[in-house]
Amino acid sequence: MYFLGIDIGSSSSKCVIIDENKNIVGRAVKNIGTGTNGPSVVIGEALAKAGITEEQIDFTVATGYGRANHTQADKQITEISCHGKGVAHLVPGARTIIDIGGQDAKVIKLSETGNVDNFVMNEKCAAGTGRFLEVMARILNCELSELSELAKKSTEEVEISNTCTVFAESEVISQLAQGTKREDVAMGANHSITSRVAGLARRIGITPIVVMTGGVAINDSVVHSMEEQIGYDITVAPDPQACGALGAALFALESFNKKNN
Amino acid sequence: MEQEKISSKQMLNDLMADHYQSALDAKANGELVCWATSIAPQELLTTMGVKVVYPENQAAAIGARKEAQKFIDDSEGKGYSVDLCSYARVNFGYAALKDSEAQNVPMPDFIYTCSNICHTVLKWYENLAKELNIPMIVFDLPFNHTYDVQDHAAKYMKGQIEEAIKRLEKITKKKFDQDKFKAVMEQSNATSQMWKDATLVAKAKPSPLNGFDLFNYMAAIVTNRGTKAGYELFKRWKEELEAKAAAGQGPWKPGEEEKFRVMWDGIACWPYLGPTYKGLKNNGINMVTSTYPDSWTILYDNGDIEGMAKAYSGIYCNSNLQNGIDRITNIVNDFSLDGIVFHSNRSCKLLDFRQFEQQRQIEEKCGVATVLFDGDQTDPRAFSTEQYNTRIQAFLETLENKKEERRKG
Repeated sequence: MYFLGIDIGSSSSKCVIIDENKNIVGRAVKNIGTGTNGPSVVIGEALAKAGITEEQIDFTVATGYGRANHTQADKQITEISCHGKGVAHLVPGARTIIDIGGQDAKVIKLSETGNVDNFVMNEKCAAGTGRFLEVMARILNCELSELSELAKKSTEEVEISNTCTVFAESEVISQLAQGTKREDVAMGANHSITSRVAGLARRIGITPIVVMTGGVAINDSVVHSMEEQIGYDITVAPDPQACGALGAALFALESFNKKNN
Repeated sequence: MEQEKISSKQMLNDLMADHYQSALDAKANGELVCWATSIAPQELLTTMGVKVVYPENQAAAIGARKEAQKFIDDSEGKGYSVDLCSYARVNFGYAALKDSEAQNVPMPDFIYTCSNICHTVLKWYENLAKELNIPMIVFDLPFNHTYDVQDHAAKYMKGQIEEAIKRLEKITKKKFDQDKFKAVMEQSNATSQMWKDATLVAKAKPSPLNGFDLFNYMAAIVTNRGTKAGYELFKRWKEELEAKAAAGQGPWKPGEEEKFRVMWDGIACWPYLGPTYKGLKNNGINMVTSTYPDSWTILYDNGDIEGMAKAYSGIYCNSNLQNGIDRITNIVNDFSLDGIVFHSNRSCKLLDFRQFEQQRQIEEKCGVATVLFDGDQTDPRAFSTEQYNTRIQAFLETLENKKEERRKG
């Protein structure tokens, strides 16, 4: 039996397929999100990897910003619960999740039993989200994936405002015009995003084990900066970008069992 | 007997239509019209027989009719900051454009402002008075940093009430009638109490009241707190709610179950009443009450001006953090709530400023689930339906988890 979780985000689509023993048999991630063919592409790729067809899927749960548009799903569950589920499975004992996605950042508090106890999300603003780093990468003329390495070469601290992405963008342009080094700006951008999200985390209260998920967790210099900000070690969830999709697949398995018992 | 047959909803519509029409007529007949803040001592104005309209009430109506942006654009075009309260921006826009599809009001001959609801109103109204070159009566009610309203603050307010009476006599060229004042005070207390009693019927499980109706009826407590018609309306509303409660009826249609009960903190998100309502209702979440009903429960002994001053001063908006937390805690317990929805209202700096801490302490004290979303009372740009829905659905999932954990013990 197979269970599919699809996480349709604002800027990427993620799919995970598990079997009845919770083994991951298929997985795919594409950096295009809701409103694109991203969801169908990742489902196709994950099915191919699992060596199965769509008809063999017993239950599908959709999550993420575009979940409501995925009408083929048997159930829709928010990304908050799905990230909670995925992390509780991957990192037993996790109590705090910091998830930075394309257009939102959230901090989730898990109960001792691994259920979502509470959560906070970013305001209606791109500061403190993955979009902010995308904007920074564009100004620094590098790929998003290169930002982390660039920041590691930083030698001087540069302060970049965390109140607004647009303001930060013009701030960075003037910094670069004044001769500030790209690597220092890259590190400044990391600090900007982490200080903003750390504020969210402190609002809800931080209890170890702290886990990071979402695409931004792949950037290890952001993770390191976040550790400094919150004063706790951070475990990056294995395959952090697909964590919500895994949670959705786990919910699919649970829902299927509930339905058939 | 005819009156008996009219529903409270019809009474509300009639009352509000009459409220605005009579003010427009008064102006046309050369009578004085006053603009006042929503929880000002209307007793003085009612005693004087002055027609009053409430810009906040009009702004809410404009917001709900999705007409706010045009007035906001006008004020922002003149240089008013986007960070300023959107009721003020709508009102400045209306004062300039003087025409609204949602609700027209007559322009004021003088204004009447009371700082118990927030301190923005001092500058907002001062600005109107200067622009329109009309008199302004101010009630300055210092914020209560202590738990109870201090005697010196009540005395300060009493002095302002006495001064306001003299100013009103000058403005209206009429004598203030003390006997009528007593009668108005009596009526105002009775109407306030009836409003409060009606909202308390929502304690029943399931609640016969859908809290979004509360937002509608609020228009009447703002505008008709000193009238018999207001009293009759709330009495009818209370009877209807009691009848529904006795029949075991919930807030919605039969078969639509009230799965969870929550309260709403903050002003409504008027431009998005539909989405905010449906986001909750579609998930079986009923907003049973809010922090607001009590704000218009202004009760005091008849003739006791200091008591009246204390009642106006001690409202939720003008009280400190601890007082606010205790009031919400009582609401959570009295109404058997499962959670709280906090509207982080971009306009309302006063309430937002303490909202995070309030949320944290109440979660700790009551163990209820809470959620906070961004919005605004009238500025349509500050809210996103998708973001709201995701937060409410995750809130629902948390409510369900908590329920399940309680069930398992």
